[in-house]
Amino acid sequence: MSTTEQRDNSPARIFDLYKTMCLIRAFEERAEIAFDDGFVNGSIHQYIGQEAVGTGVCSNLRRSDYILSNHRGHGHSIAKGADPKAMMKELMGRVGGTSGAKGGSMHIADFSVGMLGANGVLADGLTMGVGAAQAISLKGEDSIVAVFVGDGTTNRGPFYEALNWAMVYELPILFVCENNTYASSTLTSSVTAGDGPVARAKAFGMPAFDVDGNDVVAVDALAADLVGRVRGGEGPHFLHARTYRVKGHISRDKLLYRRDGETEENWQNEPLGHCAAWLAENGMDESELRAAHADAYAKIDAAVAAAKDAPFPDAALAYEDVQDFGPPEPWVTTGDPS
Amino acid sequence: MTAMSFADAVREGLAEEMRRDPLVWALGEDLSTAHGGTSANQYRGLIEEFGAKRIVNTPISENTIMGAAVGAAVAGTRPVADLRMADFGMCAVDELVNQAAKIRYMFGGQARVPLVVRQAIGVRKGAAAQHSQSTEAWYVHTPGLVVLAPGTPADGRGLLKSAIRADDPVVFMEHKDLWGAQGEVPNDEGVVPIGEAKILRDGSDLTIVSWSKMAQQALATADTLAGDGASVEVIDLRTLWPWDKATVYASVAKTGRLLVAQESVQVGGFASEIAADVTENCTTDLKTFPRRIGAPRMPVPYAESMENEFRVTTERVAAKAREVLDA
Repeated sequence: MSTTEQRDNSPARIFDLYKTMCLIRAFEERAEIAFDDGFVNGSIHQYIGQEAVGTGVCSNLRRSDYILSNHRGHGHSIAKGADPKAMMKELMGRVGGTSGAKGGSMHIADFSVGMLGANGVLADGLTMGVGAAQAISLKGEDSIVAVFVGDGTTNRGPFYEALNWAMVYELPILFVCENNTYASSTLTSSVTAGDGPVARAKAFGMPAFDVDGNDVVAVDALAADLVGRVRGGEGPHFLHARTYRVKGHISRDKLLYRRDGETEENWQNEPLGHCAAWLAENGMDESELRAAHADAYAKIDAAVAAAKDAPFPDAALAYEDVQDFGPPEPWVTTGDPS
Repeated sequence: MTAMSFADAVREGLAEEMRRDPLVWALGEDLSTAHGGTSANQYRGLIEEFGAKRIVNTPISENTIMGAAVGAAVAGTRPVADLRMADFGMCAVDELVNQAAKIRYMFGGQARVPLVVRQAIGVRKGAAAQHSQSTEAWYVHTPGLVVLAPGTPADGRGLLKSAIRADDPVVFMEHKDLWGAQGEVPNDEGVVPIGEAKILRDGSDLTIVSWSKMAQQALATADTLAGDGASVEVIDLRTLWPWDKATVYASVAKTGRLLVAQESVQVGGFASEIAADVTENCTTDLKTFPRRIGAPRMPVPYAESMENEFRVTTERVAAKAREVLDA
């Protein structure tokens, strides 16, 4: 890592990352309560245990850079700068939600901060990501794209198309593979041949690196280096972060497929505690850490309260933003001449 | 006016739009090889004029051709993705239907997806089950998409221009048999608006509504029926979504009889939607209920003897038209 030595590894910077991770954790915990209390429909895919990856990568991106996410997109959105209050309104289907309450948890997006969408179809972020990078290249901009995928997605065909494509056209894109061990409720290792995501990326000639995804200091350092290389015109790079999905695939998941004690063992290495320990070792006062933690929960509690206070959208809005040509016609009484 | 083939006219239309707007670009397989694109050389010479960043010769990666077009559209450019044939378009239905068609909506209007996807349709002699399908009904059924199926060189050029300028994702379906067809193309910009049908022939006894190659074929049917003394009006929809209801309704008000002819499989086809719509909305104008004609619900066979069983021939359309006229 040629640039790692010179970069800002100060406790102040890592403390900022800690605050972002606390915000994500608080959002996910409060979202689950809201779901259980009936304020959120559908399902939520929580990012608990993986906060260091989105935080460490996005902290090295500019607002004008793009990210593409997947179904587990709350953490990426917050890390890229989306407003948790608007996000919570989206989850609760209220006016003021990030996607106007048309998308919900799985379609969180905030184009104003370059967050081009959480997505319900795995691997589509990869193909759309290379397209966004192609647009950047065509326009001669110096932005870059980061695409977040899980380990399970490395078994979809478009993963290979997109990695090949990115190399062929030398696109400014960073692929981030968050290896959280599970593909939905299946152990990814039980359905995957070969030596893993890094080996697969290297097969395309792509520089690929592995990092402890629960160590935000390490993720931040590696991401800084790779983002710099991508922005510097060195083409696509691949960041593989080993982590663990502490929660289920969705919040209602009872984790019946896990062996006894597995979740608890992995919880010992969760990223917030990991980061707090690093900060304490590097001179940060524990009261500051506690205050930051409490502040994050206070912000999210305020977001929950604001979302609960917000109205539901007018039903007529369902007809808007389908298309310019041939938009849908609202229901009419049968036989109505209008 | 200048006479040219459909393929040349559409290539001209693309080149003119690329000259007009530097954010327009094209991607697809074989676009910049010496061959210059699919069977009809639709991209010949374009890479020399616009360079490899705007005429992008891609790997055989349909998911990414379509997905990259979506991502590039969202990121501020206007891609034209060529999937060669509707049959290959099926490899990229996910990116078209789950992403392109829904991104504006499911993200609450934060983005537009201004892309064109070219998918050639139609039976081409001997091309058999996987190179002869017409899938327009799949995309008309999908909210968010615009579907175009021009039948003449002028409409191909003019509608491609409208498609490129539209902020909606547009499926542009050209019939393989039309690529070589000659026609008069206007010397001016020649933009053809989305959503406007064209009356190809005036008539008073029967309205035949169709699109793409079948609309041209309907003209031959009208000639045949004229020999029987019947006056047939032929409407080329050109745009399938949103289809021009006003022009069809006005024609049915005049003729009182409707036949909708399509080359694709009849069951679940777009002709059914038009026939049902006119039945519901033109009740008092109709002298008899509308009829449809389309192909049997079978894959396209190879041998000519069997392939002809799939084809909605002029004779078959004429026979169905006589049924409507006699009712």
